[in-house]
Amino acid sequence: MSATETPVIAVEGLRQTYGSGETQVHAVDGVDLVVERGDYVAIMGASGSGKSTMMNILGCLDTPTAGRYLLDGTDVRTLSDREQARIRNRKIGFVFQHFNLIARTSALANVELPLAYAGVPRSERRRRAVDALTLVGLAGRLDHTPAQLSGGQQQRVSIARAIVGEPVLLLADEPTGALDSRSTDEVLDLFDGLAAEGRTLVVITHEDEVAEHAKRVLRMRDGRIEADVRRAPVDAAPPRWRPGAEAS
Amino acid sequence: MNIGESLRFAWRGVNANKVRSALTMLGVLIGVAAVIVLVGVGNGASQSVTQTLSSLGTNTLTVTPGTATSSGLLGLRRSTETPAVGTGGTLIRPETLTAADAAALSTPGAAPDVTAVAPVVSPAGVVASYSDTSHQLGSMTGSTAGYLGIANDTVSQGRAYTATDVAAHARVVLVGPTAAKALAGGDGSALLGQEIRLNGVTFTVIGILTEKGSVGARDQDDRMIAPLSAVQDHLAGYGDLTSIAIQAADADAVGAAQAQVEAILDARHRTGAASRDFTVTSSASMLSAANSITGTLTVMLGAIAAISLLVGGIGVMNIMLVTVTERTREIGVRKAIGADRTEIIMQFLVEAILLAVFGGLAGVLLGVGLCQIPVAGFRAEVDPASVGIAFGFALAVGLFFGIYPATRAASLRPIEALRYE
Repeated sequence: MSATETPVIAVEGLRQTYGSGETQVHAVDGVDLVVERGDYVAIMGASGSGKSTMMNILGCLDTPTAGRYLLDGTDVRTLSDREQARIRNRKIGFVFQHFNLIARTSALANVELPLAYAGVPRSERRRRAVDALTLVGLAGRLDHTPAQLSGGQQQRVSIARAIVGEPVLLLADEPTGALDSRSTDEVLDLFDGLAAEGRTLVVITHEDEVAEHAKRVLRMRDGRIEADVRRAPVDAAPPRWRPGAEAS
Repeated sequence: MNIGESLRFAWRGVNANKVRSALTMLGVLIGVAAVIVLVGVGNGASQSVTQTLSSLGTNTLTVTPGTATSSGLLGLRRSTETPAVGTGGTLIRPETLTAADAAALSTPGAAPDVTAVAPVVSPAGVVASYSDTSHQLGSMTGSTAGYLGIANDTVSQGRAYTATDVAAHARVVLVGPTAAKALAGGDGSALLGQEIRLNGVTFTVIGILTEKGSVGARDQDDRMIAPLSAVQDHLAGYGDLTSIAIQAADADAVGAAQAQVEAILDARHRTGAASRDFTVTSSASMLSAANSITGTLTVMLGAIAAISLLVGGIGVMNIMLVTVTERTREIGVRKAIGADRTEIIMQFLVEAILLAVFGGLAGVLLGVGLCQIPVAGFRAEVDPASVGIAFGFALAVGLFFGIYPATRAASLRPIEALRYE
């Protein structure tokens, strides 16, 4: 990794405050964080530790009260609503705990959605969506609606949706929180594969099992980063990676 | 993202809940159909009245006794008001029309714009009978030979009566098609040449009148016309005339002819514009009065229908608000993966417009279809403008009532929308 390369995430003195006076809550209370390109970071913490607020800020879904946030070199705080929407579309891929697929809409159309908002032509959109679904092992279920898919399959569709636009950052919020152990393994294998390809992942979780897959583990408590443990170098493969396992 | 994409998203939204979409469209459908049908009914009524009045001829005038406010409309006589004092101290009350009035009007040179004058008596409740059948006539007219020309009446079979018949007090009669059918059955032509009895007096049928059609529920063909002299002899007596039918030289001369008729009768009755005991109406003035009434009626019906269209629009807004609430999470997801305000607004606005457009199209089909069914003797005439306006209004309703729910959807913050259960 060269020193000139822009980090995917560069956060300085980040603060998020809710309420005022006696009832004021510092959800995030002065966080400095740099995530290099190609890293696989798990942010851990109990509920109330500020990790969800971090996720919202890192995902440009919420604007911090104070501090600087450079996403891939762009200062996010100064952006308009429209520009923030564009940044989310181009630079971030979201994976949610409850999948959040559009109901009654085929897997293919769900995966095409970010490309549609990016203005990608239909034929290319379709090709890339099929590629992404093939990558997550759902090539045979393009026309299934979310209701026709299992939880694990739905989460794989949402991962396909997150990576189809080739974002610089993959942001996952409790991605295995609603899954059984087998589906959890599938999803974590997928993440390992994506990290091994050199993609940047940030996973918010409270499960140690999930954190074990990351190259770097951050622990949050009371809005601050309490511990920062590196388990594998940025440019190495993730510690639990089993080559070929994600295609199962 | 382009409009085609918004259309596809919106179409999925409409399609996702078919029953609800259909019910929402129903509101707009009924509104649009109601506008088209009610405006169509108004138009049809107007055309029907115009047609009927035109068939009376555009250059005819009718003199009736009394004024429009008393006897003309209410059938009352002004017997005690403004009695005119005749020469030699004799009190005359010429509040009725007489044969002498008719004669004065037809005096050569007296009224240069009047080309024909026919005194008319119309005895009420005349019963006609033929063999075993009897039938109460809708109307019985006794007049001179010139009447047929003034009233635009012709015979389809047989012959009309002539001045000779009138002079000879001949008991001959012309029968309208409805009355002929009622008496003789079939198409009524069997009655031609036969003897029928009118209130017990024998008349010979010499002609069948050409069909005139009906005005609303009133059948214009349930009638008979006979020479004035014979009707006065046997049915009406030698009292007042029911009316005087007058023909002006042409449609442009109607105004001048009316003034001349009024002047002559004023002189004879010793009345003025304020104290007049007769009324001169022209078919042109009746036509314009009728048109203004039916025009008002059409506007009123259209306004009532527009209210139902408005209610349909509120239905669209209601459903769109429910949809926005129900799809809060979806909106959050769309925003998270890159939809901006405009794209969310477009999606929900286009969805509302689609509902209104489909409802509107179905309403146009239904409305135009309903207008083809004849009701009460006339058919509703579809006004192309009303179709365009109703459809345009439906579109506007979708747009207007879609804006609020769409803006509400777009202003949701993504984190709150995502958290929504």
